[in-house]
Amino acid sequence: MQAVPHRPTAHGRRFRPLWRGCAAALVAGAAMLAGGSHAQAQTQLLNVSYDPTRELYREINKAFADEWKQKTGETITVRASHGGSGAQARTVIDGIDADVVTLGIPSDIDAIARATKKIPADWRSKLPNNGLPYTSTVVFIVRKGNPKSVKDWDDLAKPGVQVVTPNPKTSAGGRWNFLAAWGYAQQKEGGSVEKARAFVTEIYRNVPVLDTGARGSTVTFAQRNIGDVLPAWENEAFLILEEFGKDKFDIVVPSVSILAEPPVALVDGNVDSKGTRKAAEAYLQFLYGDKAQAIFAKHHYRPSKREAAAKEDLADLPEIKLFTIESLQGNWDDIQKNNFDSGGIFDQISKR
Amino acid sequence: MSDRPLSPSPEGWESVTTERPVVRWTAITVALVFLALFLLLPLVIVFVEAFRRGAQAYLEAFQEPDAQAAIWLTLTVAAISVPLNVLFGLTASWAIAKFDFKGKSLLITLIDLPFSVSPVVAGLIYVLLFGAQGFFGPFLSAAGFKVIFALPGIVLATVFVTFPFVARELIPLMQEQGTSEEEAALTLGASGWRTFWTVTLPNIRWGLLYGVLLCNARAMGEFGAVSVVSGHIRGLTNTMPLHVEILYNEYNFVAAFAVASLLAGLAIFTLGVKSFLEWRYGDSLSKRVSH
Amino acid sequence: MSSAAPVLSRLKRPSVIPGFGITFGFSLFYLGLIVLLPLAALIVRASRIGWDGFLAVATDSRVLAALKVSFGISLLAALVASVFGLLVAWVLTRYDFPGRRIIDAVVDLPFALPTAVAGIALAALYAPNGWIGGLVEPFGLKIAYTPAGIFIALVFIGLPFAVRTVEPLIAEIDREQEEASATLGASRSRTLWKVLLPPLIPAILTGFALAFARAVGEYGSVIFIAGNLPYVSEIAPLLIVIKLSEFDYAGAAVIATIMLAISFLALLVINLIQAWSRRRFGHV
Repeated sequence: MQAVPHRPTAHGRRFRPLWRGCAAALVAGAAMLAGGSHAQAQTQLLNVSYDPTRELYREINKAFADEWKQKTGETITVRASHGGSGAQARTVIDGIDADVVTLGIPSDIDAIARATKKIPADWRSKLPNNGLPYTSTVVFIVRKGNPKSVKDWDDLAKPGVQVVTPNPKTSAGGRWNFLAAWGYAQQKEGGSVEKARAFVTEIYRNVPVLDTGARGSTVTFAQRNIGDVLPAWENEAFLILEEFGKDKFDIVVPSVSILAEPPVALVDGNVDSKGTRKAAEAYLQFLYGDKAQAIFAKHHYRPSKREAAAKEDLADLPEIKLFTIESLQGNWDDIQKNNFDSGGIFDQISKR
Repeated sequence: MSDRPLSPSPEGWESVTTERPVVRWTAITVALVFLALFLLLPLVIVFVEAFRRGAQAYLEAFQEPDAQAAIWLTLTVAAISVPLNVLFGLTASWAIAKFDFKGKSLLITLIDLPFSVSPVVAGLIYVLLFGAQGFFGPFLSAAGFKVIFALPGIVLATVFVTFPFVARELIPLMQEQGTSEEEAALTLGASGWRTFWTVTLPNIRWGLLYGVLLCNARAMGEFGAVSVVSGHIRGLTNTMPLHVEILYNEYNFVAAFAVASLLAGLAIFTLGVKSFLEWRYGDSLSKRVSH
Repeated sequence: MSSAAPVLSRLKRPSVIPGFGITFGFSLFYLGLIVLLPLAALIVRASRIGWDGFLAVATDSRVLAALKVSFGISLLAALVASVFGLLVAWVLTRYDFPGRRIIDAVVDLPFALPTAVAGIALAALYAPNGWIGGLVEPFGLKIAYTPAGIFIALVFIGLPFAVRTVEPLIAEIDREQEEASATLGASRSRTLWKVLLPPLIPAILTGFALAFARAVGEYGSVIFIAGNLPYVSEIAPLLIVIKLSEFDYAGAAVIATIMLAISFLALLVINLIQAWSRRRFGHV
């Protein structure tokens, strides 16, 4: 149909009304499109985030837009994109024009820094608390009444217990689960690196489904009724109870777990080319402010500024002994390389 | 695809050219159960799940600005990619059906190629070409032009997967019709352009519509290729099928199935018009199998 | 636009019809831009890691397992789709029953229904708490999130190819052949088997190859219903997506190249079948 407008008009008078109508519709459509993009000329930020933060950032983004409007009188839209943390980092590396990244694990931001130079290598030092507005940890979700009586990490390695966890290669939650199990086994009495390796091998033998993101695993476990235990982000565990009902699932808190550190960073290379540096920086600062901190706690993340959070939200968060993986395995470059990169421990133990 | 006359045959005649009633009805039952299980139930459950919490919840799913943006984006992508493939389908079928040249069958095979290429591969090739780490990536980012994770990338991936639809429908149709009518028109002094408009196009219009219909259904419904190049930005680069996935992953099953029901409605509409065309204009459609 | 370029005149036979140059040129240009150039880029990208690197990725046990899952289940699904497709095509063309026309239209549903919609619908049906999954669960059977789920999705995808390739041929069967066969004393089943089936074989094979080619590459409907477990229910297209997520562009390109080679092969086989059929039976 488009053949019409492309040809010279020598034969134009032979156009039938139908084709003329089509051409007019095309032109009108194009005009509307152009108009549409005009309407979006106001500032837009893009936050590329990981899987379980969908509900969280919907609220944060709105709160930030309100505050921005109040302070500057400008309308701002913060858009978000969610997926497995590694997969999300890949889209930034492939050129998505994220202003800020709020990913699940530090090594994913390192990967962007290495591959694109759009984020400085020392990004951790640019924001308070090593770029961590909040932290979290890993707890277990089991079916109501805990039929397989899962109490601690050891129970995940038992034969006959099905563990649903995401792929550590693409998901940050998957990596925290792996590292938490590893750390538990290494620090346990009589534990060692060798024993930790054998322990995680046992656990991954019990995994029936390996989704690419934490959210996929949640759907598999909660909606599709697969598996006996879901080691998950603490916030995701609470969300499952809220979404699917407290009568269907229980949260089990293990004796010890990992301090999960989902960091945030500014994508310098993008904000400079887009001219959004001011707003993007303000957005990141906002995450450390009282309002956002309270929202973090409300969504069951562990705020870095506890005093800003509502008391009852904090009371919900269980007391767990938390360890950091750096204390066991050194710096993040090594942690990522040894465990998860091609040919690393995860690849070795999942070979069959 | 073709008309199949089902004239009830005279009794004695039928007995040798058909099966015994018990065989016949068993075959019909097995086929119907199979089709119901595999084709009808999936369609039914989309609507059942969509209306699980009533019409109110169903309608609310479309109040969401993100859902509206996804619908709008899907329409935009189809509005760009379908005409492009129509243009290609018309030119390719003209070249292939009206002329004899070397390498014609190779050309037809290449046109068919996107049918059998995995949608994921279709997305990947554009990431490899236009992604920041790809062949043209550095050049494009220097020019400030976004392809991947923006409208152009989504359109490209969609054009790729819907590439053969119109051409596949038109080529056999125009081959069947031959060139004598066009030659007559030209001999009588009509220009080439006029011959196309007044002779060829009326002959192929139903086939063209048929191709456009299938092309459009696939363009609006494409998931794999688009998901690789989209970036999944809510309200910006999410098409309807991607939005279905997002809602599904947010435990918002009613909304997921509500948006899905819109796409299923499109599918039903497509099938309806398609069947109508086959029934009414079966003679002016191609006899060959189309996908 | 009436005169073709001189170089083209050697390619094509002379004709009074104008527009060869522009339509042929545009078709080639568009084909090159949209299909050939990007596919060439894929192959260049895959070849960058060298033959050894290519082999290392291609023979990695997880990649092999994914290819095996994709091919094995696609073959099986195409086979089942072909058998039932033949039955459905036969029933729809030879028998009359209420609702035949509607059923006939429904056969094309997998063409028209977006794959993601098919995926969530099939997952909802065949999950342990779904309509069908719930029926078989008491017997300890699981369909969704196992290789059986992939199989279901691929049969769904392949069915219309199997039906639509044989349907026109069944419609064109010359009833006189059947009568002759019956008059000569052959039983009905012998007539079906010896007289009616042989000419349909090329079409059945073509439908099988089309269903297979489509099934191998299918992504959207499968990922929702497959368990996506490496070595068990992970399909090759998903592994491409995972490799991409792991920043392993070369790995993704290698698997994609293997799949592309298979697409070519499938098309080649289809063309060969049709050429053979044209020689043997005088029709496609």
